[in-house]
Amino acid sequence: MLPVAAPAAETTTAAVETFGLRKVYGDRVVVQDLTLRVGAGEIFGFLGPNGAGKTTSVKMLMGLARPSAGSARLLGRPLGDRQARQQIGFLPEMFRFHDWLTGEQLLDFHGRLYGMSRAERRRRIPEVLQLVGLPHSGGQRVRTYSKGMQQRIGLAQALINNPRLVFLDEPTSALDPLGRRDVRAIIARLRDEGVTVFLNSHLLSEVESVSDRVAIITHGRVAAIGPMAELLRRELTVELRLGAAEPDDLAELGKLVTVEHVDGARQPTVVARVPDDETIARAVDLLVRRGVPVYGVTPEHRTLEEFFVDVVGTEGTESR
Amino acid sequence: MKALVIARLTFREAFQRKLVWGVLVLSVLFAVLYAYGFHLLVNQWHEIQTRRTANGNNGILTYDVLASNMVMLGLYTVNFLAGIMTIFAAVGSIAGEIDSGTLHAIVPKPLGRWEIVLGKYLGFASMIVIYIVAMVFSVVLSARLVGSYMPPSVVKGTLLIVLVSMILLSLTIFGTTIFSTMANGVVVFMLYGMAMTGGLVEQIGTLLNNNTMINIGVVSSILVPSDSMWRLASYLVQPHLAVSFTGPNPLGTTVPPSMTAVEYSVAYCVILLLGAMLVFRYRDL
Repeated sequence: MLPVAAPAAETTTAAVETFGLRKVYGDRVVVQDLTLRVGAGEIFGFLGPNGAGKTTSVKMLMGLARPSAGSARLLGRPLGDRQARQQIGFLPEMFRFHDWLTGEQLLDFHGRLYGMSRAERRRRIPEVLQLVGLPHSGGQRVRTYSKGMQQRIGLAQALINNPRLVFLDEPTSALDPLGRRDVRAIIARLRDEGVTVFLNSHLLSEVESVSDRVAIITHGRVAAIGPMAELLRRELTVELRLGAAEPDDLAELGKLVTVEHVDGARQPTVVARVPDDETIARAVDLLVRRGVPVYGVTPEHRTLEEFFVDVVGTEGTESR
Repeated sequence: MKALVIARLTFREAFQRKLVWGVLVLSVLFAVLYAYGFHLLVNQWHEIQTRRTANGNNGILTYDVLASNMVMLGLYTVNFLAGIMTIFAAVGSIAGEIDSGTLHAIVPKPLGRWEIVLGKYLGFASMIVIYIVAMVFSVVLSARLVGSYMPPSVVKGTLLIVLVSMILLSLTIFGTTIFSTMANGVVVFMLYGMAMTGGLVEQIGTLLNNNTMINIGVVSSILVPSDSMWRLASYLVQPHLAVSFTGPNPLGTTVPPSMTAVEYSVAYCVILLLGAMLVFRYRDL
């Protein structure tokens, strides 16, 4: 292999890369500086309060809006590249389809736009209808679908071409809890197939349950980005139920962890922040060596919601 | 070519509109009434003939002039209905789909934005061409079967009527890449109206030998050449006798626009279509 192939090989492992993407409407800066990287095969959660520029960012990546500055690569190719678009699926946030078509006709139309042959379309349409849970509704007009069914057909449209990269903008906004679970299952299945999913959602629990990595954006920039486990592990709370601890013991413990509060004097319950799981083990070891009985250790991982609130603060509640 | 996928959908979508069906129903009604009208004309002519023979008076009015005027009226109606249908069908074809979000799922697909514009254009154009050909056929058929009259240059005339609708389609498609559906409707109808009024002013100017009025007509047909192309069509589908007998009139002309005007009109369509592609290319959705 030629040595020049090395950097190319590295870029192909990124499904999405943006470099200082910026969008200004008039004098309103909607996206300030979006720089992020999504690895191939990742489920990537894209989060942020309303007005943070999420949808505009997705629009720029999907060629619906022109970046005012910056650049981006999808599947290693520059924005707008047809070969890349061939392998990308997109469910827009504001989805509305030609509702006079039947579900099958709609999928057929979108399949044609991808240049799929008749045989391919014939094989793939029942497949995606099955996947999104509409196996028997393909013959009905989209107009007669419920909102949830329309979102499902939208999802089917985004998957018709067996994409390598899928952008889902609020894919569950019209779905009931069962429908949401279905979508989570579909995303999990896409992950198994090695598809990269860029998930833009304001439903934190949903993002938390499926995403490998997340980015939180505020005011049009990335405020936090990283693997989900890492972001949430960064600060871990642990609750220790102890028996007959002396102040000395607690003081020693305090050197290892950050004690937040202590309830009860004789048999105290200590709530402490720890940097990682390893520290919990060392804290328990310390207590046991000092002869303090440890009745219970309950680590509490932070939820994405707590993390989100920390990052975004209360600023996000003020709409811009 | 992906533009054909869009064209096919656009063609089918047009029939989802009540307005298009409305025009189609009216058109069938028109075709029936028109045939009946021609029948009345023939009867009337026979009466005139009988009276003339009785009076020994050989007037200069011939049957061909009357029949030709009748054909002109029919074709004008076809031209007008096709124009209205064109504008209404295409008025919100881009702006409306941006607002509704339909385009959001189409633009990211592997096709150029210009293909979307071209596809829509072709979809509407094919619908209108079919409509015009069918309607002209029904008018000429009535003339032939009921009135035993065959107008000259029917093919050229039909092509020009198609050109009239293509001018309006180009204008409407260009407008819908810039304006909202409502604003586009207002703008295009105003221009269409202006072209018709300009043509009328020109005819009156010709009658009165007033150069200013003629120039108003010329300028209006440069801005929107739809009316002048119709007048050329009407000039061609009448025998010379009928043209000179009728003289300058609201629906026709005695001074036909030149071949250059036709070339200008075709270029006008192409430039507006390219303009629409260019505007849409840079538009944020």
